[in-house]
Amino acid sequence: MTALVIKGGHLLDPAAGVDGLKDILLKDGHVVEIAGAGKLKQANGAEVVDATGLTVAPGLVDIHVHLREPGQGYKETIATGTAAAAAGGFTTVAAMPNTRPVNDSPEITRWMQSSERGACVRVFPIAAATRGSKGEAINDYAALKAAGAVAVSDDGLPILKDGTMREALAAAARVGLTVIQHAEDTRMTAGGSMNAGPVAFKLGLRGMPAEAETSIVERDIRLVSELREARPHLHVAHTSTAGAMAAVRQARRNGLRVTCEVAPHHFLLTDEHVGLYNTHAKMCPPLRSAADRDAMIEAILDGVVDAIATDHAPHAVHEKEVEFENAPNGITGLETALGLSLYWLHKEWKMPMGRVLSLLSAQPAALLGLKGRGTLAVGSFADVVIFDPKAEWSYRARETKSKSRNTPFDGWTMLGRVRWTISEGRVVYSNPA
Amino acid sequence: MLRRTPSMNPTPAARRAIHPPPGPTSPFPYQPGSLLSAGDLSLAEISQILSRARFLEHEDPLKRDRILSKRKIALLFYESSTRTRTSFELAAKALGADTTLVSSLSSSIEKGESLKDTGLTLRALGAEAIILRHNSSGAPWLLEAETRLPVLNAGDGMHEHPTQALLDLRTMLTHLRPGVTAVDAETLAGVTVTIVGDIMHSRVARSNMMLLPRLGARVVLCGPRELLPEVAGLVGPGMILERNFDSALHQSQVVMMLRIQGERLAGLQLDLEEYKANYQLTGPRLAAHAPKAVVMHPGPIIRGMEVTAGVADGVQSVILEQVTNGVAIRMAVVERALTAGGAA
Repeated sequence: MTALVIKGGHLLDPAAGVDGLKDILLKDGHVVEIAGAGKLKQANGAEVVDATGLTVAPGLVDIHVHLREPGQGYKETIATGTAAAAAGGFTTVAAMPNTRPVNDSPEITRWMQSSERGACVRVFPIAAATRGSKGEAINDYAALKAAGAVAVSDDGLPILKDGTMREALAAAARVGLTVIQHAEDTRMTAGGSMNAGPVAFKLGLRGMPAEAETSIVERDIRLVSELREARPHLHVAHTSTAGAMAAVRQARRNGLRVTCEVAPHHFLLTDEHVGLYNTHAKMCPPLRSAADRDAMIEAILDGVVDAIATDHAPHAVHEKEVEFENAPNGITGLETALGLSLYWLHKEWKMPMGRVLSLLSAQPAALLGLKGRGTLAVGSFADVVIFDPKAEWSYRARETKSKSRNTPFDGWTMLGRVRWTISEGRVVYSNPA
Repeated sequence: MLRRTPSMNPTPAARRAIHPPPGPTSPFPYQPGSLLSAGDLSLAEISQILSRARFLEHEDPLKRDRILSKRKIALLFYESSTRTRTSFELAAKALGADTTLVSSLSSSIEKGESLKDTGLTLRALGAEAIILRHNSSGAPWLLEAETRLPVLNAGDGMHEHPTQALLDLRTMLTHLRPGVTAVDAETLAGVTVTIVGDIMHSRVARSNMMLLPRLGARVVLCGPRELLPEVAGLVGPGMILERNFDSALHQSQVVMMLRIQGERLAGLQLDLEEYKANYQLTGPRLAAHAPKAVVMHPGPIIRGMEVTAGVADGVQSVILEQVTNGVAIRMAVVERALTAGGAA
């Protein structure tokens, strides 16, 4: 593989504590050398990427995406989903198992990682926690881990029963895997299509109460506490309620291994954004009240949140062009996460850029134990995003690399234009100024 | 790398002066002739509709017949209906329009055709406006966005039924403000309208809640917790919750009774005997607490359930007047659909 030099850029690698003008040499898929501008020793003959005026950062890591393969290639494929990831600056994605069939086997886990899928960035499968994600029988976690799974989850559905969740946490802890919970008490949300509250009442839509999420997070934390000898790791997916976030805060104070992620739509939008039945504002968990949204912002700024994850959930146009109640849950997110996070968290709410990038790379990589990802220290994977930190631009859903364009952020202003995305030493996206 | 929370006492985001992104802006309605929500109508538009309703009701049928002569209107009904469908149809025909009825049980909807495709098909067949009754809240917004035709909402799920609110208003004005058709923010000042029963599932209640407070009315919502959640009081100004039917009646000039919508209860268990004991409008209850109030009901009535037969047929009942007013209001609304924006 040819060598690549990134010259003249501002390297911002929070995990390695680097923040300054550096040149970087990438070779054979890894970071080989980092030196002050013009000081690389081994750069002879390498191809050059001129990053003058740009920020060079570890490739972004999204631990919550739906790539729809196997089974629903009309919504997205691993090839198109990873192309959208690359356009958004992501070099690592963890794919949820609610495919058709559900990824509950080593065979499907391996199939998803095969080079025949045409992924342009690294895909780590998350395997189903229970057989068929039915919430009953626990899968063989050791075999799934050996096949490449980095966590287990029944995402899209909760692991509802106390006994099953306890068993999943204990079994995952034995093999060193994380249990990612989609916290939703489906007994309280049946028939609901948006957050319960005044907006749902006014729109004549049945609501999904915040309590349905909060109560499951509280239950799960109780189980983690009861199993604390085994050190299970619970990760709360797409946290959206103030109550769930308060429970996570408390668990952390108590020293439990509980982590959480928040999606951009949950720290930016509220149930008011459903507007007049906009199906691009329908997802699960739903957009919540302003108080819940503010609690997400607060927790991100406070450092309680471990990761920003998109819950990228593509759906075909015709599936969203239906009555609100009948529309499937989910929105795309890979191409908008960086631009929205920089615009709002960094520019508007003054979070240091390094901390924003850490939430999108170093921290999610660390929480799933993805070695050599989320940093550009020498020896790490050559996963790089190079972006213009000053560029403000307008996102256009119709220009997406995804197969789907179900986003509420069409036309929104983004900060930070991705110029190059490099995955394990290969340029997988470029959009020079 | 996992961070520990640095803050033991997080301050609310508001105290950090965080300005979140703005809320959405609505592109609706696309068509000036559409009537999707009672809340979309300005007081001037409401006055215009009321005055056209009066004019059209008294107009020579032969002249009236030429107003929308040979214009094409489709009625698209996903739910059964007697009053609304018939009165829309009679209204459109009284203005000379051709109407066609598509209902979910005798059309390609049964074969799985989507609302979008059904709407586009009707447009291709020449429909110039669509009157939609649908079991999903919000369906008229989808239909309007996809067809860009004027859409008249004839009831969408649990959401709204704007022509019902307009005909209810016309009925109230006849009794409380005779002769008034031009309304303003004070027209119903001093009037308390109590809506009783299954408010949770009622599109009639929601449309009236969107309309009446803007004319100065006090709206009292009355019913048990299962059918009237606390959150109902938060949807807008001028709304009061009162669980006790007798004290609600005591304040009321208008009592609007609602049917319990068995088809929308979604597993909710309700003790009907207890409900009747607390919320059925009986002759003695009416005589004791609201002997002068106007009794309304959007229909269909379940006699012996929310009202007794005696009350439904009694002197205070204006239930059949409401039905009659429906035709006049719908003539005005159908005319508006095809002539708004200078299209006629």
